[in-house]
Amino acid sequence: MIAEKPNASLAASLLKGMVRIRLVEEAIAANYGRQEMRCPVHLSIGQEAPAVGVCAALRDGDQVMSGHRSHAHYLAKGGSLNAMIAEMMGKETGCCKGRGGSMHLVDLQAGFVGAVPIVGSTIPIAVGLAFADKTLGRDRVTVAFLGDAATEEGVFHESVNFALLHKLPVLFICENNLYSVYSPLAVRQPTERSIADITAGHGMRSEKHDGNDPLAVYEATLSAAQHARSGKGPVLLELATYRWREHCGPGYDNHIGYRSEEEFLAWKAKDPIELQKTRMKHEAIHDAEDMARFEEEVGAEINEAFSLARSAPAPSADGLLKHLYH
Amino acid sequence: MRELTYAQAIQEGFCEAMARDERVTLLGLGVPDPKGFFGTTTDLQNRFGPSRVLDMPCAEAGMTGITLGAALNGLRPVINHQRLDFALLAMDPMCTQAAKWSYMFGGAMKMPVVFRMILGRGWGQGPQHSQCLHSWFAHIPGLKVVMPSTPADAKGLLISAIEDDNPVVFLEHRWLHHIKGHVPAGYYTTPIGPARQARSGKHVTIVALSYMVLEALEASDRLQKEGIDADVIDLRCLRPLDANLIIESVKKTGHLVVADSATGQVGVSAEIITLASQHAFSSLRSAPQRVCFPECPTPTAPSLAAAYYPRSGHIMAAVRKTLGMETDETDLHIAPGVELDKPNPAFTGPF
Repeated sequence: MIAEKPNASLAASLLKGMVRIRLVEEAIAANYGRQEMRCPVHLSIGQEAPAVGVCAALRDGDQVMSGHRSHAHYLAKGGSLNAMIAEMMGKETGCCKGRGGSMHLVDLQAGFVGAVPIVGSTIPIAVGLAFADKTLGRDRVTVAFLGDAATEEGVFHESVNFALLHKLPVLFICENNLYSVYSPLAVRQPTERSIADITAGHGMRSEKHDGNDPLAVYEATLSAAQHARSGKGPVLLELATYRWREHCGPGYDNHIGYRSEEEFLAWKAKDPIELQKTRMKHEAIHDAEDMARFEEEVGAEINEAFSLARSAPAPSADGLLKHLYH
Repeated sequence: MRELTYAQAIQEGFCEAMARDERVTLLGLGVPDPKGFFGTTTDLQNRFGPSRVLDMPCAEAGMTGITLGAALNGLRPVINHQRLDFALLAMDPMCTQAAKWSYMFGGAMKMPVVFRMILGRGWGQGPQHSQCLHSWFAHIPGLKVVMPSTPADAKGLLISAIEDDNPVVFLEHRWLHHIKGHVPAGYYTTPIGPARQARSGKHVTIVALSYMVLEALEASDRLQKEGIDADVIDLRCLRPLDANLIIESVKKTGHLVVADSATGQVGVSAEIITLASQHAFSSLRSAPQRVCFPECPTPTAPSLAAAYYPRSGHIMAAVRKTLGMETDETDLHIAPGVELDKPNPAFTGPF
């Protein structure tokens, strides 16, 4: 019944995508103290909507790159959960065979070409992917996920300029969560100017959207991708969103004083998952039973991933120098 | 025998590589300009078109990062920097990204990119247009670092660098561009790794790289007249480094001089002397010597340049010292009219 309503399946899949990421990240947080995942983690809890909305609007062959806070992007693009958890536990079955950890994720089968923690570094690389695609005549769009702080890096502007110059099929998806570690946007950028204003100044199609609304993100991305695919060049989407947990680690960090409890609660009230559920209930397309079943399935999937990772072999010290060169 | 200049050999290397593999793409500020990158890229855009030979925005870091993405998605890009000094803006994409890419992703991807940089002195280039920082790159696992000293090697090693599935730093000393030598026609490769035995001798080992190979050969010519036979090794590659050739030579001669066109402290010269100390210690009959730049930036004034650049006479003096001979003051004599920051008497600048 419900599935027959227009957009019901899209709405449900956006919700499910966000719920799955939330549950995975909460499981990472819950297990983090066990010292099995001995690498820094940057959780995306609260920021699930951009990842899910953008990736839902992409085609299978399209490519994505990201930065340090990339679990959500990786999972939304179809990256292997088993390989991600194993990588965080430093196992040979990890997506980087234990050489990367949480801050280096890759899944070429899913079109996730890599995430690295140096802020801004993957932005030109993503533009280079699109440059090769254009040169070799492939019909493919590349997405560079970036944070607000990455727009302060010189390479961001250099990359935007080149993408515009060659009208490359690349989307710059800026998740503006207001903070670079603990430094608020207000001490880093003039308040009277938005990030989208800057790239509009470069001459690039630039839009601002609610980054906690997965449907708005999906529709904006669909339109931006069509623009890029048709040879009209790159687009920037600035998506307002917020991270709930600490910059790095599993806990909450409001008590250290860099942001107010009021601000945090105001954003928490804009939980993208609850917003999407409320909307679906309002449109009478929310299927609570289906969602409960889904959550149960995801729970089992997560348990399986952790259990597989725990029993997987650690990389052998004999292979220390392996993969240095091809 | 057909002779080409080093610059012509590079240009021919590009032609051969681009004709054979349509994925080979050249990017760099001024690559297609009328000066053709000291003549090394002349006519390439006419031959291979603007989509394969591209000028670029003045954005070294961003453009170097873009070449990495292009390499990951199927091109074989060569990014060209007219001065190494400019490429320092791109240390993140070269050293933190490209060098780690295969390792940190567990071998999931190849990074077939060439970072081509011109280094070395010249006619008033001064502190920020002449830095010789090859040791920086040679310190990074995951990079390969190549410094040919002959036209034939320049062509063969360039083609090898382009064929390589790993990031290769390709460094040309500005003064080598005009030298001439035999260059085989057609497509050929010179393997990355092995050093070149430039001359065989039994009394002393001189290990040199890039432009200093020329000075080392001149020194060995002059020493030969006095009955001193030097074993001259042209390193060609700093990573991987051909340790065996160096160690075997030191075992044969018992004396080592290293000539590097860079400052010495924490540099390649220290690495060579370490190799000899670790693996040929009992063969060493004197303390190894190195001939390097003074520990200060490159000065601009010709009078200071004369005091800055070591040359064949300095290598001769180091050889005499390591052989326990008296210093010969005439070694360091500069012939009238010779200016040490000019590659040849005909050169009048300004580029």
